[in-house]
Amino acid sequence: MSLTIREAFPALARPGFHYLDSAAMAQIPGLVSEAVTHHNRTARSNVRRGLHEMAQRADAAYDGARATVGRFLNAPAEEVVFTAGCTLALNMAAWGLGRNLGPGDEVAVSRLEHHSSCLPWMALARERGFALRWLPVTPDGRLDFADLGAMVTPRCKVVVATHASNVTGAVSDLPRLAEAARAVGALLVVDGAQMVPHGRVDPRALGADLYAFAGHKAYGPTGIGVLWGRAEVLDGMAPLVVGGGMVGTVGDDDFTWGEPPHRFEAGTPPVAQAVGLAAALEWMSGLDWQAVHQQEAALTWHLLDGLRSMEGVRIVGPLGLEARVPVVSFTVEGCHPHDLSHLLAGRGVAVRGGAHCARPLMSVLGLEEGTLRASLAPYTNRDDVDALLRGLAEAMKVLR
Amino acid sequence: MSDELYGAAIKELAAREPAVLDGADASVSLDNPLCGDRVSLDVRLDGGRVTASGHRVKGCLLCKAAAALAEERAVGLEADGAAQLLDQVAGMLKKGAEPAFPALAAFLPVRPHKSRHDCVLLPFKALARAVKAS
Repeated sequence: MSLTIREAFPALARPGFHYLDSAAMAQIPGLVSEAVTHHNRTARSNVRRGLHEMAQRADAAYDGARATVGRFLNAPAEEVVFTAGCTLALNMAAWGLGRNLGPGDEVAVSRLEHHSSCLPWMALARERGFALRWLPVTPDGRLDFADLGAMVTPRCKVVVATHASNVTGAVSDLPRLAEAARAVGALLVVDGAQMVPHGRVDPRALGADLYAFAGHKAYGPTGIGVLWGRAEVLDGMAPLVVGGGMVGTVGDDDFTWGEPPHRFEAGTPPVAQAVGLAAALEWMSGLDWQAVHQQEAALTWHLLDGLRSMEGVRIVGPLGLEARVPVVSFTVEGCHPHDLSHLLAGRGVAVRGGAHCARPLMSVLGLEEGTLRASLAPYTNRDDVDALLRGLAEAMKVLR
Repeated sequence: MSDELYGAAIKELAAREPAVLDGADASVSLDNPLCGDRVSLDVRLDGGRVTASGHRVKGCLLCKAAAALAEERAVGLEADGAAQLLDQVAGMLKKGAEPAFPALAAFLPVRPHKSRHDCVLLPFKALARAVKAS
């Protein structure tokens, strides 16, 4: 008997528990946990080093995981770099491309970025002396393309953008950004952490040059992320981390790098986590995404509709369903997001309150106290959304 | 259920209008980077004793309430005594100590909620730094 999507997630079996914090950490299907356990029981060995039986199994599992991620991204396995997470992947992208920039160069960073995406470039700009330009946002939390030509100038070397905002849920028009970047010879680096959990992605077709995402937001284990890059881009990049497994030759005074993707995987890689991520992406690939997207859209609308009817609630982000993922942020007049999220937790509703590691966006939207964020996933049902709306009304009464 | 955190005493403290202190001898602003709370605590001292205090807070209800209590409680204390308020609040929240003064009992329901301790402690940390800096 096949499981429903929700039944595949053991953590969601608890009655009265409504998980709406998937943008921070998605739940994990039982079969993914089992895949990790099975790997550790049968193939726990270091990779690319040993000749014994377990090592061969580990090599096969790790190479297989890379191939699975490649299929998910419609990309060759050689363009898939495993990392310890999306933050590391985005740092690798920044330091790999940005360390050779300097005064006179510019990097355009969208104001929708998570700190993991913008801070590496801010740090590099400070160190290398290039200029950072913030791509503006519209009042409803989308990238504002009105002055894109003026923002992405001939001095621009890299454009950095999220595929989907972790605050507003807005999906960025990557082809348009890629076109602007190409016009001036710049590269496009994309944070896909919030997009990948909602279906397959083809970064090359979208115009990205580097694309990062996290395992734990895509129904996989923690401690695993992916940096996909066009082969020619990866080939020209320096690694952020050096160590075992990534070298070509090593002498007393110098060493050379190996070829991608291993160039970027110094040390023992997260083998079991990669196997788990592959299991998660295989699970995702087996879903009927047309049906999932319809359900996510219906629930998002139900949530937006419910919030709109509540006095003092301001939705932060698009009010409709076009070009968005099911991530909904909002504020409640007179109620701090942390107090609301605490009171909701007491009612079995898991949401996130705060700035969501997106201070540049919060500042420009005048949201110094942050927002309350409900983030949906394929396992979310109407009961979850109703519990949030009901709990929110109660929490507002407690605080007022 | 976590409704007990938001009792009448805490809500009354949080609703108080913060005092504005001109000519402070020391002002300290502290952030809680995890939740985004920001507290600025101002003190004026005379002969080593806190004679006036004020504050500004952008934060949750617990942080606002704690800031109001820190502002009120500090006045009249020696600098060391004002700084020790932090130990008293931390002792109650983290080590199970009895409330060191009656008004602090309003925060007893916060004790089991470790993730909210910093909301209450932040204003007292700012106060401790302010009196030490003056």
